[in-house]
Amino acid sequence: MTTSGAPPRIRSRWWPYVATVRYIVLFALVCLFLIPVYVLVVTAMKDPAQVSPSQMWQLPDSLSLDTFADVWPVLEPGFRNSVLMAVPASIISSLLGAANGFVLAKWRFPGADVVFPLILFGMFIPYQAILIPMRELLTDWNLVGGLSGLILVHIIYGLPITTLIFRSYFVTISDELIDSAQVDGAGMIRTLAFVALPIALPAFAVSVIWQFTSAWNDFLFGLVLTSTNSWPVTVALNNIAGGQVVPFHEAMASALLASIPTLLVYILMGRFFMRGLMAGALKG
Amino acid sequence: MCRIRKWGPAALLVAPSLLAIGVFVYGFLGWNLRVSVSDWRGLRATYDYAGLDNYRRLAEDTRFIDGVQNVVVFTLVFVFGTLVFGFLLALLLERGVRGEAFFRTVFLFPMAISFIATAIIWRWLLSNASGAQETGLNRLFDSLGVGFLANDWFKSDSYWAVASVAIAAGWALVGYIMALFLAGLRGVSDDLREAARVDGASEAKAFWHVVRPMLLPVVMSAIVILAHISLKTFDLIYAMDAKSRKIETPALYMWFITFEGLNFSIGAAIATLLMVGIAAVIVPYIWYSVRSERRP
Repeated sequence: MTTSGAPPRIRSRWWPYVATVRYIVLFALVCLFLIPVYVLVVTAMKDPAQVSPSQMWQLPDSLSLDTFADVWPVLEPGFRNSVLMAVPASIISSLLGAANGFVLAKWRFPGADVVFPLILFGMFIPYQAILIPMRELLTDWNLVGGLSGLILVHIIYGLPITTLIFRSYFVTISDELIDSAQVDGAGMIRTLAFVALPIALPAFAVSVIWQFTSAWNDFLFGLVLTSTNSWPVTVALNNIAGGQVVPFHEAMASALLASIPTLLVYILMGRFFMRGLMAGALKG
Repeated sequence: MCRIRKWGPAALLVAPSLLAIGVFVYGFLGWNLRVSVSDWRGLRATYDYAGLDNYRRLAEDTRFIDGVQNVVVFTLVFVFGTLVFGFLLALLLERGVRGEAFFRTVFLFPMAISFIATAIIWRWLLSNASGAQETGLNRLFDSLGVGFLANDWFKSDSYWAVASVAIAAGWALVGYIMALFLAGLRGVSDDLREAARVDGASEAKAFWHVVRPMLLPVVMSAIVILAHISLKTFDLIYAMDAKSRKIETPALYMWFITFEGLNFSIGAAIATLLMVGIAAVIVPYIWYSVRSERRP
Protein backbone atom coordinates (compact mmCIF):
# COMPACT_ATOMS: atom_id res chain seq x y z
CA MET A 1 0.00 0.00 0.00
CA THR A 2 1.31 3.46 -0.80
CA THR A 3 1.54 5.29 2.46
CA SER A 4 1.68 9.03 2.67
CA GLY A 5 5.19 10.13 3.49
CA ALA A 6 6.80 7.44 1.39
CA PRO A 7 8.64 8.84 -1.61
CA PRO A 8 6.48 8.68 -4.73
CA ARG A 9 7.15 5.52 -6.62
CA ILE A 10 8.48 5.92 -10.13
CA ARG A 11 5.95 4.31 -12.37
CA SER A 12 6.12 3.34 -15.98
CA ARG A 13 3.97 5.18 -18.50
CA TRP A 14 1.80 2.09 -18.73
CA TRP A 15 0.68 2.53 -15.15
CA PRO A 16 -2.76 4.10 -15.84
CA TYR A 17 -3.62 1.23 -18.16
CA VAL A 18 -2.46 -1.34 -15.66
CA ALA A 19 -4.62 0.27 -12.99
CA THR A 20 -7.68 0.27 -15.26
CA VAL A 21 -7.23 -3.34 -16.27
CA ARG A 22 -6.80 -4.21 -12.61
CA TYR A 23 -10.18 -2.67 -11.77
CA ILE A 24 -11.89 -4.36 -14.69
CA VAL A 25 -10.51 -7.74 -13.67
CA LEU A 26 -11.45 -7.18 -10.04
CA PHE A 27 -15.01 -6.22 -10.90
CA ALA A 28 -15.36 -9.18 -13.22
CA LEU A 29 -14.19 -11.46 -10.42
CA VAL A 30 -16.57 -9.84 -7.94
CA CYS A 31 -19.47 -10.47 -10.34
CA LEU A 32 -18.48 -14.11 -10.84
CA PHE A 33 -18.01 -14.53 -7.12
CA LEU A 34 -21.42 -13.12 -6.29
CA ILE A 35 -23.34 -15.38 -8.69
CA PRO A 36 -24.41 -17.70 -5.85
CA VAL A 37 -25.53 -14.72 -3.80
CA TYR A 38 -27.54 -13.38 -6.70
CA VAL A 39 -29.33 -16.68 -7.11
CA LEU A 40 -29.88 -17.01 -3.39
CA VAL A 41 -31.35 -13.56 -2.86
CA VAL A 42 -33.32 -13.34 -6.10
CA THR A 43 -34.91 -16.74 -5.56
CA ALA A 44 -35.73 -16.22 -1.91
CA MET A 45 -37.40 -12.87 -2.63
CA LYS A 46 -39.57 -14.07 -5.50
CA ASP A 47 -43.26 -14.60 -5.27
CA PRO A 48 -43.53 -18.38 -4.77
CA ALA A 49 -45.88 -18.49 -7.76
CA GLN A 50 -43.14 -17.16 -10.02
CA VAL A 51 -40.51 -19.62 -8.90
CA SER A 52 -39.38 -22.48 -11.08
CA PRO A 53 -35.94 -23.91 -11.67
CA SER A 54 -36.02 -22.68 -15.25
CA GLN A 55 -36.60 -19.13 -14.05
CA MET A 56 -33.63 -19.21 -11.73
CA TRP A 57 -31.80 -16.31 -13.33
CA GLN A 58 -34.78 -14.01 -13.82
CA LEU A 59 -35.26 -11.04 -11.56
CA PRO A 60 -38.46 -11.19 -9.50
CA ASP A 61 -41.52 -9.48 -11.02
CA SER A 62 -42.42 -8.29 -7.57
CA LEU A 63 -40.67 -8.59 -4.26
CA SER A 64 -42.21 -11.00 -1.83
CA LEU A 65 -41.24 -12.23 1.60
CA ASP A 66 -43.74 -15.08 1.50
CA THR A 67 -41.10 -17.75 1.13
CA PHE A 68 -39.33 -16.56 4.27
CA ALA A 69 -42.63 -16.62 6.13
CA ASP A 70 -43.22 -20.16 4.86
CA VAL A 71 -39.90 -21.62 5.96
CA TRP A 72 -39.33 -19.71 9.18
CA PRO A 73 -41.68 -21.78 11.38
CA VAL A 74 -39.84 -24.94 10.33
CA LEU A 75 -36.41 -23.44 10.81
CA GLU A 76 -37.13 -21.53 13.99
CA PRO A 77 -36.58 -24.33 16.56
CA GLY A 78 -33.17 -25.09 15.07
CA PHE A 79 -32.37 -21.42 15.01
CA ARG A 80 -33.24 -21.06 18.66
CA ASN A 81 -31.21 -24.17 19.57
CA SER A 82 -28.19 -22.74 17.79
CA VAL A 83 -28.45 -19.48 19.72
CA LEU A 84 -28.81 -21.36 23.02
CA MET A 85 -25.81 -23.49 22.11
CA ALA A 86 -23.41 -21.09 20.36
CA VAL A 87 -23.65 -18.18 22.79
CA PRO A 88 -22.64 -20.02 25.99
CA ALA A 89 -20.19 -22.26 24.12
CA SER A 90 -18.33 -19.29 22.67
CA ILE A 91 -18.26 -17.28 25.90
CA ILE A 92 -17.16 -20.14 28.16
CA SER A 93 -14.58 -21.38 25.68
CA SER A 94 -13.18 -17.85 25.41
CA LEU A 95 -12.97 -17.40 29.18
CA LEU A 96 -11.07 -20.67 29.57
CA GLY A 97 -8.91 -19.74 26.58
CA ALA A 98 -8.13 -16.41 28.27
CA ALA A 99 -6.92 -18.19 31.40
CA ASN A 100 -4.80 -20.62 29.38
CA GLY A 101 -3.40 -17.94 27.12
CA PHE A 102 -2.53 -15.78 30.11
CA VAL A 103 -0.70 -18.54 31.91
CA LEU A 104 1.10 -19.72 28.77
CA ALA A 105 2.20 -16.20 27.88
CA LYS A 106 3.14 -14.88 31.32
CA TRP A 107 3.98 -17.75 33.62
CA ARG A 108 6.15 -20.00 31.56
CA PHE A 109 5.86 -23.01 33.79
CA PRO A 110 8.22 -25.90 33.16
CA GLY A 111 6.96 -27.80 30.14
CA ALA A 112 4.96 -24.87 28.75
CA ASP A 113 6.82 -25.19 25.46
CA VAL A 114 5.58 -28.74 25.08
CA VAL A 115 2.06 -28.13 26.34
CA PHE A 116 1.29 -25.35 23.89
CA PRO A 117 1.88 -27.29 20.64
CA LEU A 118 0.01 -30.23 22.16
CA ILE A 119 -2.98 -27.93 22.71
CA LEU A 120 -2.68 -26.49 19.20
CA PHE A 121 -2.77 -29.93 17.65
CA GLY A 122 -6.36 -30.29 18.87
CA MET A 123 -7.37 -27.58 16.41
CA PHE A 124 -6.42 -29.58 13.35
CA ILE A 125 -7.54 -33.11 14.14
CA PRO A 126 -10.21 -34.60 11.90
CA TYR A 127 -13.23 -34.89 14.17
CA GLN A 128 -14.03 -38.26 12.62
CA ALA A 129 -11.13 -39.62 14.68
CA ILE A 130 -12.77 -38.74 18.00
CA LEU A 131 -16.39 -39.22 17.03
CA ILE A 132 -16.89 -42.80 18.23
CA PRO A 133 -15.31 -42.32 21.69
CA MET A 134 -17.06 -38.96 22.05
CA ARG A 135 -20.44 -40.52 21.46
CA GLU A 136 -19.66 -43.42 23.78
CA LEU A 137 -18.53 -41.22 26.65
CA LEU A 138 -21.29 -38.65 26.26
CA THR A 139 -23.88 -41.40 26.05
CA ASP A 140 -22.52 -42.73 29.33
CA TRP A 141 -22.77 -39.27 30.81
CA ASN A 142 -26.33 -38.93 29.49
CA LEU A 143 -25.38 -35.93 27.38
CA VAL A 144 -26.50 -37.20 23.99
CA GLY A 145 -29.79 -36.03 22.53
CA GLY A 146 -29.89 -32.61 24.15
CA LEU A 147 -28.00 -29.37 23.83
CA SER A 148 -25.66 -29.69 26.81
CA GLY A 149 -23.44 -32.32 25.22
CA LEU A 150 -23.13 -30.21 22.11
CA ILE A 151 -22.23 -27.15 24.19
CA LEU A 152 -19.61 -29.15 26.08
CA VAL A 153 -17.82 -30.39 22.96
CA HIS A 154 -17.87 -26.96 21.36
CA ILE A 155 -16.28 -25.54 24.50
CA ILE A 156 -13.58 -28.20 24.56
CA TYR A 157 -12.72 -28.33 20.87
CA GLY A 158 -12.72 -24.54 20.83
CA LEU A 159 -10.02 -24.37 23.50
CA PRO A 160 -7.02 -24.69 21.14
CA ILE A 161 -7.97 -21.67 19.04
CA THR A 162 -9.16 -19.53 21.96
CA THR A 163 -5.97 -20.33 23.87
CA LEU A 164 -3.92 -19.42 20.81
CA ILE A 165 -5.76 -16.12 20.30
CA PHE A 166 -5.28 -15.03 23.91
CA ARG A 167 -1.73 -16.24 24.17
CA SER A 168 -0.74 -14.26 21.06
CA TYR A 169 -2.42 -11.24 22.59
CA PHE A 170 -0.91 -11.49 26.07
CA VAL A 171 2.58 -12.01 24.67
CA THR A 172 2.39 -8.45 23.34
CA ILE A 173 1.39 -7.00 26.74
CA SER A 174 4.37 -5.78 28.72
CA ASP A 175 5.42 -7.82 31.72
CA GLU A 176 5.69 -4.69 33.87
CA LEU A 177 1.97 -4.23 33.86
CA ILE A 178 1.47 -7.72 35.19
CA ASP A 179 4.38 -7.44 37.63
CA SER A 180 3.12 -4.19 39.10
CA ALA A 181 -0.19 -5.84 39.87
CA GLN A 182 1.73 -8.58 41.60
CA VAL A 183 3.73 -6.10 43.62
CA ASP A 184 0.44 -4.59 44.73
CA GLY A 185 -0.28 -7.97 46.21
CA ALA A 186 -2.77 -9.25 43.68
CA GLY A 187 -2.57 -12.99 43.17
CA MET A 188 -2.60 -14.60 39.78
CA ILE A 189 -6.33 -15.06 39.52
CA ARG A 190 -7.03 -11.48 40.58
CA THR A 191 -4.39 -10.22 38.18
CA LEU A 192 -6.07 -12.13 35.39
CA ALA A 193 -9.57 -10.97 36.28
CA PHE A 194 -8.89 -7.31 37.04
CA VAL A 195 -5.78 -6.42 35.06
CA ALA A 196 -5.31 -8.77 32.16
CA LEU A 197 -8.88 -9.49 31.05
CA PRO A 198 -9.99 -5.85 30.84
CA ILE A 199 -7.11 -5.00 28.53
CA ALA A 200 -7.70 -8.14 26.50
CA LEU A 201 -11.16 -7.10 25.30
CA PRO A 202 -10.10 -7.03 21.63
CA ALA A 203 -8.80 -10.58 21.96
CA PHE A 204 -12.03 -11.50 23.67
CA ALA A 205 -14.00 -10.14 20.73
CA VAL A 206 -11.86 -12.08 18.25
CA SER A 207 -12.23 -15.25 20.25
CA VAL A 208 -15.98 -15.03 20.87
CA ILE A 209 -16.70 -14.15 17.26
CA TRP A 210 -14.56 -16.98 15.97
CA GLN A 211 -16.07 -19.51 18.32
CA PHE A 212 -19.60 -18.33 17.72
CA THR A 213 -19.13 -18.68 13.97
CA SER A 214 -17.61 -22.16 14.19
CA ALA A 215 -20.22 -23.42 16.63
CA TRP A 216 -23.05 -21.94 14.59
CA ASN A 217 -21.73 -23.44 11.37
CA ASP A 218 -20.83 -26.84 12.79
CA PHE A 219 -22.75 -29.76 11.39
CA LEU A 220 -20.96 -32.99 12.30
CA PHE A 221 -21.21 -32.68 16.10
CA GLY A 222 -24.82 -31.60 15.84
CA LEU A 223 -25.59 -34.58 13.65
CA VAL A 224 -24.06 -37.05 16.07
CA LEU A 225 -25.06 -35.57 19.42
CA THR A 226 -28.53 -34.11 19.05
CA SER A 227 -32.01 -35.43 18.40
CA THR A 228 -34.90 -33.79 16.55
CA ASN A 229 -35.80 -31.40 19.35
CA SER A 230 -32.28 -30.20 19.86
CA TRP A 231 -31.08 -29.99 16.24
CA PRO A 232 -28.88 -26.97 15.66
CA VAL A 233 -29.80 -24.82 12.68
CA THR A 234 -27.35 -26.49 10.29
CA VAL A 235 -28.83 -29.92 10.86
CA ALA A 236 -32.35 -28.51 10.61
CA LEU A 237 -31.36 -26.70 7.42
CA ASN A 238 -29.93 -29.82 5.86
CA ASN A 239 -33.04 -31.78 6.71
CA ILE A 240 -35.36 -29.12 5.35
CA ALA A 241 -33.44 -28.14 2.29
CA GLY A 242 -31.40 -31.25 1.69
CA GLY A 243 -33.90 -33.40 -0.15
CA GLN A 244 -34.31 -33.10 -3.89
CA VAL A 245 -38.06 -32.83 -3.46
CA VAL A 246 -37.87 -29.53 -1.61
CA PRO A 247 -38.92 -26.57 -3.74
CA PHE A 248 -35.71 -24.76 -4.37
CA HIS A 249 -36.93 -21.32 -3.36
CA GLU A 250 -37.58 -22.76 0.09
CA ALA A 251 -34.10 -24.26 0.18
CA MET A 252 -32.62 -20.90 -0.74
CA ALA A 253 -34.68 -18.92 1.76
CA SER A 254 -33.80 -21.36 4.54
CA ALA A 255 -30.10 -21.20 3.70
CA LEU A 256 -30.26 -17.41 3.76
CA LEU A 257 -32.09 -17.28 7.10
CA ALA A 258 -29.72 -19.77 8.70
CA SER A 259 -26.73 -17.69 7.62
CA ILE A 260 -27.97 -14.31 8.83
CA PRO A 261 -26.44 -14.32 12.35
CA THR A 262 -22.92 -15.17 11.22
CA LEU A 263 -23.19 -12.85 8.23
CA LEU A 264 -24.25 -10.00 10.52
CA VAL A 265 -21.32 -10.71 12.83
CA TYR A 266 -19.01 -10.77 9.83
CA ILE A 267 -20.29 -7.53 8.35
CA LEU A 268 -20.41 -5.64 11.64
CA MET A 269 -17.16 -6.95 13.08
CA GLY A 270 -15.15 -8.04 10.08
CA ARG A 271 -11.91 -6.76 11.58
CA PHE A 272 -12.10 -9.14 14.52
CA PHE A 273 -13.23 -11.95 12.27
CA MET A 274 -10.13 -11.42 10.11
CA ARG A 275 -7.86 -11.66 13.11
CA GLY A 276 -9.42 -14.93 14.17
CA LEU A 277 -8.86 -16.21 10.66
CA MET A 278 -5.20 -15.27 10.75
CA ALA A 279 -4.78 -16.84 14.17
CA GLY A 280 -6.27 -20.05 12.78
CA ALA A 281 -3.41 -20.18 10.30
CA LEU A 282 -0.96 -19.94 13.23
CA LYS A 283 0.06 -16.55 11.86
CA GLY A 284 -0.79 -14.64 15.05
CA MET B 1 6.00 -23.27 49.81
CA CYS B 2 6.90 -20.25 47.75
CA ARG B 3 6.94 -22.40 44.62
CA ILE B 4 3.47 -23.71 45.32
CA ARG B 5 2.19 -20.21 45.89
CA LYS B 6 3.69 -19.20 42.57
CA TRP B 7 2.68 -22.16 40.43
CA GLY B 8 -0.40 -23.25 42.30
CA PRO B 9 -2.90 -20.75 40.92
CA ALA B 10 -1.41 -21.02 37.42
CA ALA B 11 -1.77 -24.76 37.48
CA LEU B 12 -5.29 -24.39 38.81
CA LEU B 13 -6.23 -22.08 35.95
CA VAL B 14 -5.01 -24.34 33.16
CA ALA B 15 -5.79 -27.69 34.76
CA PRO B 16 -9.44 -27.97 33.63
CA SER B 17 -8.55 -27.15 30.02
CA LEU B 18 -5.55 -29.44 29.96
CA LEU B 19 -7.60 -32.24 31.45
CA ALA B 20 -10.39 -31.69 28.92
CA ILE B 21 -8.01 -31.62 25.97
CA GLY B 22 -6.10 -34.56 27.38
CA VAL B 23 -9.26 -36.64 27.48
CA PHE B 24 -11.20 -35.32 24.50
CA VAL B 25 -8.27 -35.11 22.09
CA TYR B 26 -5.53 -37.52 23.11
CA GLY B 27 -7.60 -39.95 25.15
CA PHE B 28 -10.19 -40.19 22.39
CA LEU B 29 -7.57 -40.60 19.66
CA GLY B 30 -6.14 -43.52 21.62
CA TRP B 31 -9.59 -44.93 22.26
CA ASN B 32 -10.43 -44.67 18.57
CA LEU B 33 -7.20 -46.46 17.72
CA ARG B 34 -8.23 -49.24 20.07
CA VAL B 35 -11.65 -49.51 18.40
CA SER B 36 -9.89 -49.73 15.04
CA VAL B 37 -8.07 -52.91 16.09
CA SER B 38 -11.15 -54.44 17.71
CA ASP B 39 -14.01 -56.52 16.36
CA TRP B 40 -16.76 -54.07 17.32
CA ARG B 41 -19.78 -54.51 15.03
CA GLY B 42 -23.29 -53.59 16.02
CA LEU B 43 -24.65 -51.41 18.76
CA ARG B 44 -22.86 -53.01 21.70
CA ALA B 45 -19.23 -52.06 22.08
CA THR B 46 -16.81 -54.98 22.08
CA TYR B 47 -13.10 -54.61 22.32
CA ASP B 48 -11.74 -58.04 21.46
CA TYR B 49 -8.45 -57.61 19.72
CA ALA B 50 -8.65 -58.22 15.99
CA GLY B 51 -5.20 -57.06 14.95
CA LEU B 52 -5.02 -55.28 11.64
CA ASP B 53 -8.06 -57.08 10.23
CA ASN B 54 -10.06 -53.89 9.75
CA TYR B 55 -7.23 -52.21 7.89
CA ARG B 56 -6.77 -55.28 5.72
CA ARG B 57 -10.46 -55.24 4.87
CA LEU B 58 -10.25 -51.58 3.90
CA ALA B 59 -7.37 -52.32 1.55
CA GLU B 60 -9.75 -54.63 -0.34
CA ASP B 61 -12.86 -52.51 0.00
CA THR B 62 -13.61 -50.93 -3.38
CA ARG B 63 -15.87 -48.34 -1.82
CA PHE B 64 -12.99 -47.18 0.37
CA ILE B 65 -10.53 -47.22 -2.51
CA ASP B 66 -12.89 -45.19 -4.69
CA GLY B 67 -13.22 -42.79 -1.77
CA VAL B 68 -9.47 -42.39 -1.57
CA GLN B 69 -9.34 -41.72 -5.28
CA ASN B 70 -12.09 -39.13 -4.89
CA VAL B 71 -10.35 -37.34 -2.06
CA VAL B 72 -7.12 -37.25 -4.05
CA VAL B 73 -8.85 -35.66 -7.04
CA PHE B 74 -10.73 -33.32 -4.72
CA THR B 75 -7.57 -32.29 -2.89
CA LEU B 76 -5.58 -31.66 -6.06
CA VAL B 77 -8.27 -29.52 -7.70
CA PHE B 78 -9.25 -27.72 -4.50
CA VAL B 79 -5.74 -26.95 -3.26
CA PHE B 80 -4.33 -25.95 -6.62
CA GLY B 81 -7.35 -23.92 -7.73
CA THR B 82 -7.79 -22.10 -4.43
CA LEU B 83 -4.09 -21.34 -4.24
CA VAL B 84 -3.95 -19.89 -7.75
CA PHE B 85 -7.09 -17.78 -7.41
CA GLY B 86 -6.24 -16.70 -3.87
CA PHE B 87 -2.84 -15.54 -5.04
CA LEU B 88 -4.32 -13.77 -8.05
CA LEU B 89 -6.78 -11.87 -5.84
CA ALA B 90 -4.01 -10.90 -3.44
CA LEU B 91 -1.86 -9.64 -6.31
CA LEU B 92 -4.73 -7.57 -7.64
CA LEU B 93 -5.39 -6.00 -4.24
CA GLU B 94 -1.87 -5.77 -2.94
CA ARG B 95 -0.84 -2.32 -4.15
CA GLY B 96 -3.71 -0.50 -2.55
CA VAL B 97 -6.83 -0.38 -4.64
CA ARG B 98 -9.56 2.11 -3.98
CA GLY B 99 -12.35 0.25 -2.23
CA GLU B 100 -10.02 -2.49 -1.06
CA ALA B 101 -12.13 -3.07 2.05
CA PHE B 102 -15.15 -3.73 -0.17
CA PHE B 103 -13.33 -6.27 -2.30
CA ARG B 104 -11.88 -8.01 0.72
CA THR B 105 -15.30 -8.18 2.36
CA VAL B 106 -16.83 -9.71 -0.75
CA PHE B 107 -14.17 -12.35 -1.26
CA LEU B 108 -14.10 -13.35 2.40
CA PHE B 109 -17.78 -13.52 3.27
CA PRO B 110 -18.27 -17.22 2.38
CA MET B 111 -15.99 -18.00 5.32
CA ALA B 112 -18.77 -16.72 7.58
CA ILE B 113 -21.47 -19.06 6.30
CA SER B 114 -21.81 -22.77 6.91
CA PHE B 115 -20.73 -25.43 4.46
CA ILE B 116 -24.32 -26.64 4.59
CA ALA B 117 -25.64 -23.35 3.24
CA THR B 118 -22.82 -23.25 0.70
CA ALA B 119 -23.64 -26.75 -0.47
CA ILE B 120 -27.35 -26.00 -0.79
CA ILE B 121 -26.72 -23.06 -3.09
CA TRP B 122 -24.12 -24.87 -5.16
CA ARG B 123 -26.17 -28.01 -5.46
CA TRP B 124 -28.71 -26.02 -7.39
CA LEU B 125 -26.13 -24.12 -9.39
CA LEU B 126 -24.45 -27.35 -10.41
CA SER B 127 -27.66 -29.21 -11.18
CA ASN B 128 -27.56 -31.49 -14.21
CA ALA B 129 -31.31 -31.51 -14.82
CA SER B 130 -32.16 -31.06 -18.49
CA GLY B 131 -35.07 -29.93 -20.63
CA ALA B 132 -37.68 -27.82 -18.92
CA GLN B 133 -36.12 -28.58 -15.53
CA GLU B 134 -32.71 -27.35 -16.63
CA THR B 135 -31.43 -24.85 -14.12
CA GLY B 136 -28.34 -23.43 -12.50
CA LEU B 137 -25.15 -22.82 -14.42
CA ASN B 138 -26.20 -25.08 -17.28
CA ARG B 139 -29.25 -22.93 -17.93
CA LEU B 140 -27.14 -19.80 -17.65
CA PHE B 141 -24.66 -21.19 -20.19
CA ASP B 142 -27.48 -22.04 -22.56
CA SER B 143 -29.02 -18.61 -22.39
CA LEU B 144 -25.61 -17.01 -22.92
CA GLY B 145 -25.10 -19.12 -26.02
CA VAL B 146 -22.28 -21.18 -24.55
CA GLY B 147 -24.34 -24.30 -23.99
CA PHE B 148 -21.37 -26.50 -24.83
CA LEU B 149 -20.06 -25.67 -21.37
CA ALA B 150 -23.03 -27.42 -19.80
CA ASN B 151 -22.00 -30.33 -17.70
CA ASP B 152 -23.20 -33.10 -15.45
CA TRP B 153 -21.07 -31.63 -12.64
CA PHE B 154 -21.15 -33.73 -9.49
CA LYS B 155 -23.47 -36.25 -11.12
CA SER B 156 -20.95 -36.88 -13.86
CA ASP B 157 -19.78 -40.43 -14.49
CA SER B 158 -16.14 -39.53 -14.74
CA TYR B 159 -13.96 -39.38 -11.67
CA TRP B 160 -13.91 -35.63 -12.06
CA ALA B 161 -17.39 -35.48 -10.50
CA VAL B 162 -15.84 -34.67 -7.16
CA ALA B 163 -13.95 -31.78 -8.75
CA SER B 164 -17.21 -29.86 -9.00
CA VAL B 165 -17.53 -30.10 -5.22
CA ALA B 166 -14.07 -28.55 -5.16
CA ILE B 167 -15.52 -25.54 -7.02
CA ALA B 168 -17.89 -24.92 -4.12
CA ALA B 169 -15.14 -25.53 -1.56
CA GLY B 170 -12.81 -23.19 -3.42
CA TRP B 171 -15.49 -20.52 -3.53
CA ALA B 172 -15.80 -20.83 0.23
CA LEU B 173 -12.09 -20.66 1.02
CA VAL B 174 -10.46 -18.55 -1.68
CA GLY B 175 -10.88 -15.38 0.38
CA TYR B 176 -9.00 -16.96 3.27
CA ILE B 177 -6.06 -17.78 1.04
CA MET B 178 -6.22 -14.29 -0.46
CA ALA B 179 -5.98 -12.85 3.06
CA LEU B 180 -2.99 -15.05 3.88
CA PHE B 181 -1.19 -13.96 0.71
CA LEU B 182 -2.07 -10.31 1.28
CA ALA B 183 -0.55 -10.46 4.75
CA GLY B 184 2.49 -12.21 3.31
CA LEU B 185 2.96 -9.78 0.42
CA ARG B 186 2.66 -6.83 2.74
CA GLY B 187 5.13 -8.39 5.10
CA VAL B 188 7.76 -7.98 2.39
CA SER B 189 8.76 -4.44 3.12
CA ASP B 190 8.58 -1.86 0.39
CA ASP B 191 12.12 -0.83 1.27
CA LEU B 192 13.42 -4.20 0.24
CA ARG B 193 11.68 -4.01 -3.12
CA GLU B 194 12.76 -0.41 -3.53
CA ALA B 195 16.34 -1.46 -2.90
CA ALA B 196 16.07 -4.13 -5.57
CA ARG B 197 14.64 -1.58 -7.95
CA VAL B 198 17.38 0.93 -7.22
CA ASP B 199 19.86 -1.80 -8.02
CA GLY B 200 18.31 -1.82 -11.47
CA ALA B 201 15.92 -4.71 -11.16
CA SER B 202 12.66 -4.46 -13.06
CA GLU B 203 9.37 -4.80 -11.21
CA ALA B 204 9.08 -8.38 -12.43
CA LYS B 205 12.63 -9.22 -11.43
CA ALA B 206 12.19 -7.64 -8.02
CA PHE B 207 9.11 -9.76 -7.57
CA TRP B 208 10.83 -12.94 -8.64
CA HIS B 209 14.03 -12.51 -6.63
CA VAL B 210 12.82 -10.62 -3.56
CA VAL B 211 9.12 -11.25 -3.04
CA ARG B 212 8.81 -14.82 -4.25
CA PRO B 213 11.30 -16.43 -1.86
CA MET B 214 9.69 -14.64 1.07
CA LEU B 215 6.29 -15.93 0.04
CA LEU B 216 7.33 -19.53 0.19
CA PRO B 217 6.31 -19.93 3.87
CA VAL B 218 2.88 -18.48 3.03
CA VAL B 219 2.44 -20.95 0.19
CA MET B 220 3.40 -23.76 2.54
CA SER B 221 0.87 -22.65 5.20
CA ALA B 222 -1.83 -22.28 2.60
CA ILE B 223 -1.18 -25.77 1.22
CA VAL B 224 -1.16 -27.32 4.69
CA ILE B 225 -4.39 -25.59 5.69
CA LEU B 226 -6.21 -26.43 2.47
CA ALA B 227 -4.97 -30.01 2.30
CA HIS B 228 -6.02 -30.81 5.85
CA ILE B 229 -9.43 -29.25 5.27
CA SER B 230 -9.94 -31.29 2.14
CA LEU B 231 -9.12 -34.54 3.93
CA LYS B 232 -11.63 -33.96 6.71
CA THR B 233 -14.41 -32.11 4.87
CA PHE B 234 -17.70 -33.77 5.63
CA ASP B 235 -20.64 -31.37 5.68
CA LEU B 236 -20.07 -29.82 2.25
CA ILE B 237 -20.12 -33.17 0.46
CA TYR B 238 -22.84 -34.56 2.70
CA ALA B 239 -25.19 -31.66 1.95
CA MET B 240 -24.31 -31.65 -1.73
CA ASP B 241 -25.30 -35.25 -2.37
CA ALA B 242 -24.96 -37.52 0.63
CA LYS B 243 -25.88 -40.74 -1.11
CA SER B 244 -23.65 -40.40 -4.13
CA ARG B 245 -20.65 -42.69 -4.33
CA LYS B 246 -19.32 -40.47 -7.10
CA ILE B 247 -18.26 -37.82 -4.63
CA GLU B 248 -17.91 -39.87 -1.47
CA THR B 249 -14.62 -39.44 0.38
CA PRO B 250 -13.31 -41.51 3.31
CA ALA B 251 -14.49 -38.76 5.68
CA LEU B 252 -18.07 -39.56 4.62
CA TYR B 253 -17.63 -43.28 4.29
CA MET B 254 -16.47 -43.29 7.90
CA TRP B 255 -19.73 -41.70 8.96
CA PHE B 256 -21.95 -44.01 6.95
CA ILE B 257 -20.23 -47.24 7.87
CA THR B 258 -20.14 -46.28 11.54
CA PHE B 259 -23.47 -44.72 12.26
CA GLU B 260 -25.61 -46.32 9.56
CA GLY B 261 -23.76 -49.59 9.04
CA LEU B 262 -22.94 -49.89 12.76
CA ASN B 263 -19.56 -51.22 11.76
CA PHE B 264 -17.69 -49.26 14.39
CA SER B 265 -14.29 -50.91 14.10
CA ILE B 266 -14.03 -50.29 10.36
CA GLY B 267 -15.20 -46.70 10.87
CA ALA B 268 -12.53 -46.24 13.51
CA ALA B 269 -9.91 -47.65 11.13
CA ILE B 270 -10.90 -45.12 8.44
CA ALA B 271 -10.78 -42.35 11.03
CA THR B 272 -7.32 -43.46 12.15
CA LEU B 273 -6.06 -43.37 8.57
CA LEU B 274 -7.52 -39.87 8.18
CA MET B 275 -5.76 -38.83 11.37
CA VAL B 276 -2.46 -40.22 10.14
CA GLY B 277 -2.81 -38.43 6.81
CA ILE B 278 -3.57 -35.13 8.50
CA ALA B 279 -0.88 -35.51 11.16
CA ALA B 280 1.65 -36.02 8.39
CA VAL B 281 1.07 -32.46 7.18
CA ILE B 282 0.05 -30.78 10.45
CA VAL B 283 2.69 -31.96 12.91
CA PRO B 284 5.66 -30.57 10.94
CA TYR B 285 3.65 -27.39 10.41
CA ILE B 286 2.97 -26.82 14.13
CA TRP B 287 6.54 -27.72 14.97
CA TYR B 288 7.84 -25.24 12.41
CA SER B 289 5.45 -22.47 13.51
CA VAL B 290 6.22 -22.80 17.21
CA ARG B 291 9.94 -23.02 16.57
CA SER B 292 10.07 -20.00 14.28
CA GLU B 293 8.10 -18.03 16.87
CA ARG B 294 10.63 -18.83 19.56
CA ARG B 295 13.45 -17.44 17.46
CA PRO B 296 13.44 -13.66 17.86
